[in-house]
Amino acid sequence: MSYEPKIVGFLCNWCSYTGADLAGTSRIQYPPNIRVIRVMCTARIDPTFVVDALAKGADGVLICGCHPGDCHYSEGNYKAMRRFPLLKRLLKSYGIEDERVRLEWVSASEGQRFADVVTDMTERVRGLGPSRVHATLLTDQRER
Amino acid sequence: MTEKKKLQIALYWGAACGGCDVAVLDTNEFILDVAAAADIRFWPIAVDGKYKDVEAMADEELDLAIFNGAVRNSENEHVAKLLRRKSKILVAFGSCAHMGGIPGLANLTTRDEIFTAAYLNNPSIEPGNRTVPYHETLVDGMKLDIPVFYKRVYKLASVVDVDYFVPGCPPDPAQVKNVLLAVVKGELPPKKSVVGASDRTVCDDCRRQKKEKKVKRFNRPFEIIQDPDVCLMEQGILCMGSVTRSGCGVRCPNSNQGCRGCYGPAPSVKDQGTKFLSALASIIDSKDPSEIEEILSRLPDFAGYAYRFGMPTSTLQRSHRS
Repeated sequence: MSYEPKIVGFLCNWCSYTGADLAGTSRIQYPPNIRVIRVMCTARIDPTFVVDALAKGADGVLICGCHPGDCHYSEGNYKAMRRFPLLKRLLKSYGIEDERVRLEWVSASEGQRFADVVTDMTERVRGLGPSRVHATLLTDQRER
Repeated sequence: MTEKKKLQIALYWGAACGGCDVAVLDTNEFILDVAAAADIRFWPIAVDGKYKDVEAMADEELDLAIFNGAVRNSENEHVAKLLRRKSKILVAFGSCAHMGGIPGLANLTTRDEIFTAAYLNNPSIEPGNRTVPYHETLVDGMKLDIPVFYKRVYKLASVVDVDYFVPGCPPDPAQVKNVLLAVVKGELPPKKSVVGASDRTVCDDCRRQKKEKKVKRFNRPFEIIQDPDVCLMEQGILCMGSVTRSGCGVRCPNSNQGCRGCYGPAPSVKDQGTKFLSALASIIDSKDPSEIEEILSRLPDFAGYAYRFGMPTSTLQRSHRS
């Protein structure tokens, strides 16, 4: 069976989820590899969610929020902007490939952009191959 | 002979520095009361005793086994399983047994890299030296073996069923005393609980004033003149008090050092490091990605800081490099 990447998408309710919705209602095609989880704001995305998704078998995690300056709660996406580079550094220490986790700003009117981001991310993660994290953690329980 | 049967106890260290054993001794003369009330059947650092003595015991012959240190090799695991079988209560004592501790930081590297650094490629090793340990060696037709070095570090609960957890690096001596007294009196909390600690965070118990946090620069403690009454994070000094379980007596922040997180995640925190990441990054006072990067560049080893005592307990547990 060929490998299909599993990508978890955390989308903010106000911009990116609406943007994804627009992609759908506009019948723009994009790969079905993303599993979307709607959150109220990118500030709500605890970095724990991201590592948890990776530990449970996600091959990639995509975070999408309002463009800087456009946050529904005025400053929430700046919190995501500050956390993300530190999260990337942490994941690098764990030896997780850079392209598995990505932050993008997608507005409610950017249905095409959402489809492009998902397509690009799916292809990049496909190129990396399946994430070994989940399998490694399971193997560690059996083999020392 | 109507004398009440003495408490049968054992203490053991796995991959540990010995500080936890010292913490037990730091209860001072109380340890003499323990020795009077209990038979210490096995305690490598303090009393004589061999593994075969423990192996000869009946199952559950011990009332209490206190295990400190992480599980790094087959010997650690063997004794952990042995003590689990021989003891009614098994306690994971100190950060290493509780969460993997300092030895757990080795999970960010590999067994091969550790061996290369320790035995082959190191400035203190004579060039060309290839003396390396093997699990089994033949000497005069006899097979000698040493423990197998595992590919990663485990917390105690990953290899055996643990009844109680006593956190801390090392646990506070007053808490050690409380735990021992609880066993003597039979006043034990529900199984699997963290004992000798509170359900609050270190921040909750810290006396420093907390106001709005906005940080332009992270500082190491020696780089600034501290205000002793103000939250360390507001002064740009890393402190894990917001995500860490209290019970230590706020020892580090009271000594003008940031909390290092040795008591482990607070009850509502799932992953101590990512939760700390969340708190730390959100106080950066900038909306400019390149400035944020510059501020973060002052943290050379964030993973090592955030999981100083709990890498094997973190969600990702270890390096996933191919």
